[in-house]
Amino acid sequence: MPPTVKRPALPSDDKRWRIVTGTMRRHGFARDALIETLHTVQESFGCLDKQSLKFVAESLRVPLSQAYGVATFYHFFTMKPPGAHTCLICMGTACYIKGAGALLNEAETTLGIHAGETTADANASLISARCIGSCSVAPAVVMDGETIGNTGPAALRKKLEGWKPS
Amino acid sequence: MTIEELEQIATETQAKRRETARELNVCMAAGCLSLHADSLKTALEEEVKRSGTACCVRGVGCMGLCSLGPLVAETPSGVLYRNATAADAAKLVGNTAEAQSLVCSREQAFFQRQTNVVLENSGKIDPEKIEEYIAEGGYEALVRALTERSPNEIVQEISKSGLRGRGGAGYPTGLKWGTVAKTTGATKYVICNADEGDPGAFMDRSVLESDPHRVLEGMMTAGFAVGASHGYIYVRAEYPLAVKRLGIAIREARKLGFLGSQICNTKFSFDLEVRIGGGAFVCGEETALIASIEGRRGTPRPRPPYPAQSGLWDMPTLINNVETFACVPAILRRGGDWFAGIGTKKSKGTKVFALTGKVRNVGLIEVPMGMTLRQIIFEIGGGVPEGRKFKAVQTGGPSGGCIPEQFLDLPVDYESLKDVGSIMGSGGMIVMDDSACMVNVARYFMEFCMSESCGKCIPCRAGTAQMYDLLTRITDGSAGPRDLELLEELCEMVSNTSLCGLGQSAPNPVLSTLRYFREEYLEHIEQRLCRAGVCECGARSEATA
Repeated sequence: MPPTVKRPALPSDDKRWRIVTGTMRRHGFARDALIETLHTVQESFGCLDKQSLKFVAESLRVPLSQAYGVATFYHFFTMKPPGAHTCLICMGTACYIKGAGALLNEAETTLGIHAGETTADANASLISARCIGSCSVAPAVVMDGETIGNTGPAALRKKLEGWKPS
Repeated sequence: MTIEELEQIATETQAKRRETARELNVCMAAGCLSLHADSLKTALEEEVKRSGTACCVRGVGCMGLCSLGPLVAETPSGVLYRNATAADAAKLVGNTAEAQSLVCSREQAFFQRQTNVVLENSGKIDPEKIEEYIAEGGYEALVRALTERSPNEIVQEISKSGLRGRGGAGYPTGLKWGTVAKTTGATKYVICNADEGDPGAFMDRSVLESDPHRVLEGMMTAGFAVGASHGYIYVRAEYPLAVKRLGIAIREARKLGFLGSQICNTKFSFDLEVRIGGGAFVCGEETALIASIEGRRGTPRPRPPYPAQSGLWDMPTLINNVETFACVPAILRRGGDWFAGIGTKKSKGTKVFALTGKVRNVGLIEVPMGMTLRQIIFEIGGGVPEGRKFKAVQTGGPSGGCIPEQFLDLPVDYESLKDVGSIMGSGGMIVMDDSACMVNVARYFMEFCMSESCGKCIPCRAGTAQMYDLLTRITDGSAGPRDLELLEELCEMVSNTSLCGLGQSAPNPVLSTLRYFREEYLEHIEQRLCRAGVCECGARSEATA
């Protein structure tokens, strides 16, 4: 019989930790489930932080340095909490050729932040993506999960201004 | 599952579909979905219910002509409707005279010039229903392979077809399968590389969203041929719909016994898992991808040993691209000779391209190898819109190059694209008109490579950053005459000394633009002039024109 492995206690009563543990259990707490588990953490909590990295690293018996390394290596993972709204601007080649640069400028000016940042009031995050594969409707943006194609700076500004708390 | 049972499912599904007098098939792939195909489908369903029309509304995969989406195909009439919105539901369901204004001709070159092998079911079947794939002859090749043929015969058949890796490098698939099959090892793995990272390419996404079972069947057949019992599909996190449809496909395949142990009452056991990427371009490189599946940072390692000898967890691993696996069922069903009959001498079969950029018909196309760039861009693509002039076509993403007008009559195959300084790549084809500045394009790709460099080897990590700085200086007008020389030196150094394909090919966009558009570089440096008016390097083209 394999020796019983002592697993760390859940960091809090938050039910989302059980979802995270569920992913690890599905993979038999194997070390290679690290990336899969971090995806679940980010899906459940919106971002990764020190507490979640520590919990996942201990549960899967990987060094914390490896968990941190993975979390910071992959662009998809973020250690910063996202804003209430997210605006993603695709910077793929097709979008770039059709004016994604102007869209990014517009979003940066309207929101007053750079790509990869969140507004001070945590209302909106701006992300630039490599390519979301929606090249047929270039230039494309993703506003709160909804892909909007063939858009222009004016339409984007209107949409972004609609997010501002009144 | 026996071949008879499979045929029974196929016959039943076909009979059931024949019962419905008329079908409206709505494209539910990402392109049309972003143009609200989902609300169109709901509106059609409601309209059918409300009016009591004998008509069945189905969700299908990509039909190719994404720029005119959302597309709706009517069967059995075969009429195709374009730019349909929820407001058009009554017209389409009622088949009124007003619907005629939405008709999109199937006679146009866009459809007529294509040869569909990988995309044969795309836009025809519901990707979330396994029986529809079976009704089109799906899984027949697998069942026959398992029950009637030996693994060696399968490898022979693939070799005979002349199929080469569709990820871009073009390594002969049969040879790769043979190498893995010959290795001794209790555990072997099959990996499908669906980390389609090239910006401007969406072929794999479309195949996974429109016909996922095809890829699964290819992988299972590969598993049988090389003696592997476990497979992974590594998909980009940016493709949530593809991940969802793969999940459904795997569940359904498992339910019918195509996955699991003792498949089709043979000794063959195989199971599949989806792994979601983390948004790192370098993970498209096979050794980095393997590291990522193992739960580590996606950094490549030197080859040899190649994954075929020592891959995932140091076991022999077969790793192929989505499109490569998607070719396999068709090859086994119709024979290697049939596939080898399509294409050119050294590049066989068809290739799927994502035709985007400044071209009229934007979308997904599949053409026989050897078709010329002119035919693809001007006949299928309909040429450059808004009366502008064609300037270059970019293939191969950040690892490829820009091909100028003088090579438009070049047949598209692995060798000829390489000869002109680009590569086949995974199939992204971005058309640029005279409003594009080639130095700016080179800088765009270098920025991409710089931030996607994993940082493991110095030539790539530092070299791409230096090249990016030089290109920035050229575009902002602060470069001196010596800088071009320095840029060329760096290109050579980075491509010769980098560890993996990312670094080795990172200079390609610069080298190809330097080769064909050198005068643009010189204008930027000597006259502070950007003829396209994109770069702010001092004087503007309008001022001197």
